[in-house]
Amino acid sequence: MSFFKVEHLTMKFGGLVAVSDFSLTAKEGDLIGLIGPNGAGKTTAFNMITGRLLPTEGKIYFRGKDITGTQSHIINAGGIARTFQNIRLFNDLTVLENAMIGYHGRLRSSFWEAIFRLPRYKSEEKKMRSMARELLAEVQLDNVANEKAGTLAYGQQRKLEIARALATNPRLLLLDEPVAGMNPRETGNMMDFINSIREAYALAIILIEHDMRFVMGLCEHLIVLDHGVTIATGNPAEIQNNPQVIEAYLGEPEGA
Amino acid sequence: MSDRHRREWIYKLCTYGAIVGLFAFFLQVQNQADEYQIRILNVSAIFVTLAVSYNLINGVAGQFSLGPNAFMAVGAYTTALLTLSPAEKELSFIIEPIIWPLSVLHLPFLPSLLIGGAFAALLGFIMAFPVFRVRGDYLAIVTLGFGEVIRVVANNVQSITNGPLGLKGLSEYTNLWWSWGVAVFTVFCVTRLVKSSFGRAMQAIREDEVAAAAMGINVFRHKMLAFVVHAFFAGMAGGLMAHLITTISPTLFSFFLTFNLLVIIVIGGLGSMTGSIIAAIIITYAGEWLRVVEEPMAIGPYNIPGIPGMRMVVFSIMLILVMIFARQGLMGRREFSWEWFCGFLKIGKRRG
Amino acid sequence: MDLPLFLQQLLNGISLGSLYALIAIGYTMVYGIIRLINFAHGDILMVSTYFAYFGISVYALPWWLSVIIAILLTALLGILIDLGAYRPVRHAPRISALITAIGVSFLLENLGLVVFGGRPKAFYRPDFLDKTYELGGVHVFSLSIWVPLVTAFLLALVFLLLYRTRVGAAMRAVAKDMEMVQLMGIDVNRVISLAFAVGSALAAAGGIMWAMKYPQINPLMGIIPGLKAFVAAVIGGIGNIHGAVLGGLLLGITEILLVAFLPSLAGYRDAFAFVLLILILLFRPTGLAGKDTIG
Repeated sequence: MSFFKVEHLTMKFGGLVAVSDFSLTAKEGDLIGLIGPNGAGKTTAFNMITGRLLPTEGKIYFRGKDITGTQSHIINAGGIARTFQNIRLFNDLTVLENAMIGYHGRLRSSFWEAIFRLPRYKSEEKKMRSMARELLAEVQLDNVANEKAGTLAYGQQRKLEIARALATNPRLLLLDEPVAGMNPRETGNMMDFINSIREAYALAIILIEHDMRFVMGLCEHLIVLDHGVTIATGNPAEIQNNPQVIEAYLGEPEGA
Repeated sequence: MSDRHRREWIYKLCTYGAIVGLFAFFLQVQNQADEYQIRILNVSAIFVTLAVSYNLINGVAGQFSLGPNAFMAVGAYTTALLTLSPAEKELSFIIEPIIWPLSVLHLPFLPSLLIGGAFAALLGFIMAFPVFRVRGDYLAIVTLGFGEVIRVVANNVQSITNGPLGLKGLSEYTNLWWSWGVAVFTVFCVTRLVKSSFGRAMQAIREDEVAAAAMGINVFRHKMLAFVVHAFFAGMAGGLMAHLITTISPTLFSFFLTFNLLVIIVIGGLGSMTGSIIAAIIITYAGEWLRVVEEPMAIGPYNIPGIPGMRMVVFSIMLILVMIFARQGLMGRREFSWEWFCGFLKIGKRRG
Repeated sequence: MDLPLFLQQLLNGISLGSLYALIAIGYTMVYGIIRLINFAHGDILMVSTYFAYFGISVYALPWWLSVIIAILLTALLGILIDLGAYRPVRHAPRISALITAIGVSFLLENLGLVVFGGRPKAFYRPDFLDKTYELGGVHVFSLSIWVPLVTAFLLALVFLLLYRTRVGAAMRAVAKDMEMVQLMGIDVNRVISLAFAVGSALAAAGGIMWAMKYPQINPLMGIIPGLKAFVAAVIGGIGNIHGAVLGGLLLGITEILLVAFLPSLAGYRDAFAFVLLILILLFRPTGLAGKDTIG
């Protein structure tokens, strides 16, 4: 039984094929990079894995179960969490509340226990709060815990989004361009951060990124997509010397 | 820590004190004020109940429903049919006789009110399935449509609702204790819910539905929860309204009612329960004051004809102006707290 | 059920459906361009009938002249409402714009009550629209023939505008991609104003024919045709003009036939459109004709 397996995933929008025959296997603790020019179908692949899009064809297995076409929140409860390319925090909620949302799915009290603040709810709420605070301390956001998430600096927002995902207790984390728009110093910090949470939470991570130095420095295994088609897989060294990959990237203007 | 505990304890005491004070005030009012004053206070309470529960679905969960009139209608009819005695029902239903279980049922006010709320909640539960398949302005129109359908149904199933004739001669059970009792209970339940993990989940859905789902929140279930709770209290408010004005008919529950509620929650601030409470009271009183312009007046020898419709002209202009110039309304999404109140009065010391 | 009666009802359905279609186009055009449900559309229609009423009954102008003036004034009213109420909330969240539109709707209705009074006023019906012909057992009311004819003529004009003029092309382009069009240097605000003008003018034409049909007007008369035409627009796939026409006809015909052949359901007539709407949104959220663009 493999930990995470995607088989022949295809997504068509009308006549447009966004992803075609995408396959991937990951073991526990793997760190895989998904790269390719804009519009290559990387985010579409994430959306299919997390239940936002129903694949036209193909299957997704996670910890031995077929999760293809399952609703997003159930996939998350099963242990897959994600971040978004264009940060999607709950802007009007505080940083602490954002993190606490991640625990809500595992709340066992019912709503009327919450309304009347019955003991079980009270203890669960207390536990959620302290766990969220701990998590924020770990990612060094505890000093802004009571700020509205929308007011944070860009780098902090990226971090909070990852923290929020971690709060859902994932085994597999999907990061969609975690260092987009960051300067080299911030990128370096993020690289350390990802490495640290990977170890601390025993996570498998799949990440989409354009920053080659970042990807090459971090990932052990890479998959290259171009126009929805997987054109290469392998370790960073293999990918760097793959002529098809070079062509795909040279065909695209720098920084696109 | 113990200091914070003590302070929270004092705030709690303040809240209970305020509630006791409110009802002590009503005791006074009931003995001294005239019937008209008491009536407006009752209407205010009903609108507080309605606005707070309506704000839960529209402001907190961000699902723009336009159908509270449907829930009020169901609550009002259910409650009224249960409190009317079998003899009274037999007398009123002149076109078609009332159908069997309703013809013999007769319950006291409180259980009738609760069952009224429960039926409205049931309708909310059933409606949730089609309604939450769409979002945004489509959701608004579908809920509006349900409101219209309920009204048309009330007009037509004469053996249950007595059709366009409506139900007359209800006992005037609604008094300040009932109306404000329900209002306080509603505010208690809704604010507690909003401040709980469930409320956070609803707000998360309002902020970003996709992200909320990806964080493990069952989006549909939480929308439904907000909707059903809203429906329950709107149903109770409908029951209270029915037993305040003692006559109900389908025309009472038109979109006009929803519009009034919309004005209240928008002016109070979408998402702020405090704002809804304040605006509900202000708008109720403003509506009464503006009634003057709609009625003919005699100043000395001159007769000034009333201008019907003027009140709603004022309210709609207010609504438009708030949307253009002050979208946050009175309170935005802020809430009243004793901490804020003390800071406001400069009594409490601020601690970092 | 015999054939003549069926044909007669069918004609009534087509006539009613034409009116829904005319009104629905205004909803669909505005929604297609600025994604706003112009809640006040039905009330704009109501105001147009009062314009015509004043022309005919108060200023004693010839009825056709009054109608033309009323249509032009209504187009202007549409533009003014957009400028005064909708443009300031153009970049606000969509729900704010919807709330504003609901406010405008109630404002028009109640201003109508204040200015025109609540009592219905009799509306003029020209003689040639007031005749009943009999053709092989089919009783035909002349208005029921004229309404679809006028509608067809106006639709032809709309499609000419959309497909044969520069500004029509701009309108279709704005509906497809507002930002793109702004980059190309098209004045989006002018296009939006035009959509309001055309939509309101069509609503005025529909409303005046509606008024001649009943023949009376009151300040709340716009609500029902407004809501039903909106449903028609959604049925046809909102934003899609062909769809709006199709949806209007479909709604009008089914409504009339339902009432004609299942008289026991006649009381539910006004709920029918909404039940249909709910079903459509459940099973085909993009409407029957689909596609979210003008044209």
